Amino acid sequence: MATQEHGEGLVFHPMDQFSIRPLFGDGAIHMYTPTNATLWMAFSVLCIFTLFVLGTRGRATVPSRIQSVAELGYGFIHKMVADVAGKDGLKYFPYIFTVFCFIVFSNFLGLLPKSFTSTSHVAVTGLLAIVVFVTVTVIGFVKNGAGFLALFWIDSAPLPLRPLLAVIEVISYFVRPVSHSIRLAGNMMAGHAVIKVFAAFTPLILISTGIGVIVTPLSIVAISAIYALEVLVAFIQAYVFTILTCVYLKDALHPHH
Amino acid sequence: MASTTQAASEAAGNAAGAAGHAAEKVGMPQLDFATYPNQIFWLVVALIAIYLILSRVALPRIGGILADRQGAITNDIAAAEDLKQKAVEAEAAYGKALTDARSEASRIVAEARDEIQKDLDVAIAKADAEIAAKSAESARRIDEIRASAAANVTEVARDTAAAIVAALGSKADAKAVDAAVTARLKG
Repeated sequence: MATQEHGEGLVFHPMDQFSIRPLFGDGAIHMYTPTNATLWMAFSVLCIFTLFVLGTRGRATVPSRIQSVAELGYGFIHKMVADVAGKDGLKYFPYIFTVFCFIVFSNFLGLLPKSFTSTSHVAVTGLLAIVVFVTVTVIGFVKNGAGFLALFWIDSAPLPLRPLLAVIEVISYFVRPVSHSIRLAGNMMAGHAVIKVFAAFTPLILISTGIGVIVTPLSIVAISAIYALEVLVAFIQAYVFTILTCVYLKDALHPHH
Repeated sequence: MASTTQAASEAAGNAAGAAGHAAEKVGMPQLDFATYPNQIFWLVVALIAIYLILSRVALPRIGGILADRQGAITNDIAAAEDLKQKAVEAEAAYGKALTDARSEASRIVAEARDEIQKDLDVAIAKADAEIAAKSAESARRIDEIRASAAANVTEVARDTAAAIVAALGSKADAKAVDAAVTARLKG
């Protein structure tokens, strides 16, 4: 009887964790309504403030633990911008660092149980990607004028191939914000959803001691494994988003291949 | 077994409740465009807040800390280099002092040796002079002895000659004998 029931007994709502709800009451979501997204973005801001402002309050030459983490983050992104986008890209370092910090803290806060992952929403990552795309395109045209179009005209290719390559380059250029945003949101969403699916299988032992003896421990192991993977992914996706931003910025500053 | 059944019925109840809940929101929350303005608004607020925090306070401060540290390290290395230079100089000065002291010592030794040599020379000269004086005295005395011996021989020869002449039976003229002996001794 239990085996028959377990199909409807298990609760599968892997996407519920992503739903946006008002923090107070249960009304409609207007533009200014404080929601769970607002709350977790605020936590990100708070963490960033704590790490980078309170953590470096001592301005110690021999840094405290928190200060060395802050310095490590600074050095990591500073070096990335300098290496990938070049020295003239360092002017945009504060913005790139802002993006990196927001993504990395949102990703990691999203790994807390019962939390909400801002970066799992296409609206959020899409805006981040579009801002990067528009900024980079504007910088490209302001710095190089029409010379920015050389980005699409590959001088090293044989002449007959160039128009074809130009078309491909233009398409890939406009696909950039899409891949840029979907990659991040998709990665964050998928891992969290998979964890929820396994979590839904976990209470099976309460329904059926027979199959549950195998499935429940397996689910717990799987959740742990995927959680570990997600910790990795949380950082890697922030890194990837940031380094791609740097690459796009490099294209804008130096469009000649 | 009873508890299992109870748990199962509870789970079924949950499922029913959840099904009702799910009916309100179908599909991915990510594609619920009604929430987009809200998310975008709060994202912009968050990004501006982070940007201001970072660009106004945190990044200049961390940059300053790193620059200070770099400066401190550079200064320390320069100071270390300076001290090393000083150590090398001190060693050179020490070596020079040692060489000077050695040459001074050898100079003093040479001086002392010269002085001793001088004293020695004086003493030798004095001893030589004394020896010379003594040998001159001895020579004088030998001459004296020789002279007196010669005088004695003359005396003896004269007396002997006078005695022989007397023995031969002639009267010896003292003056003639004298002259003859002197002539013989000279010859």
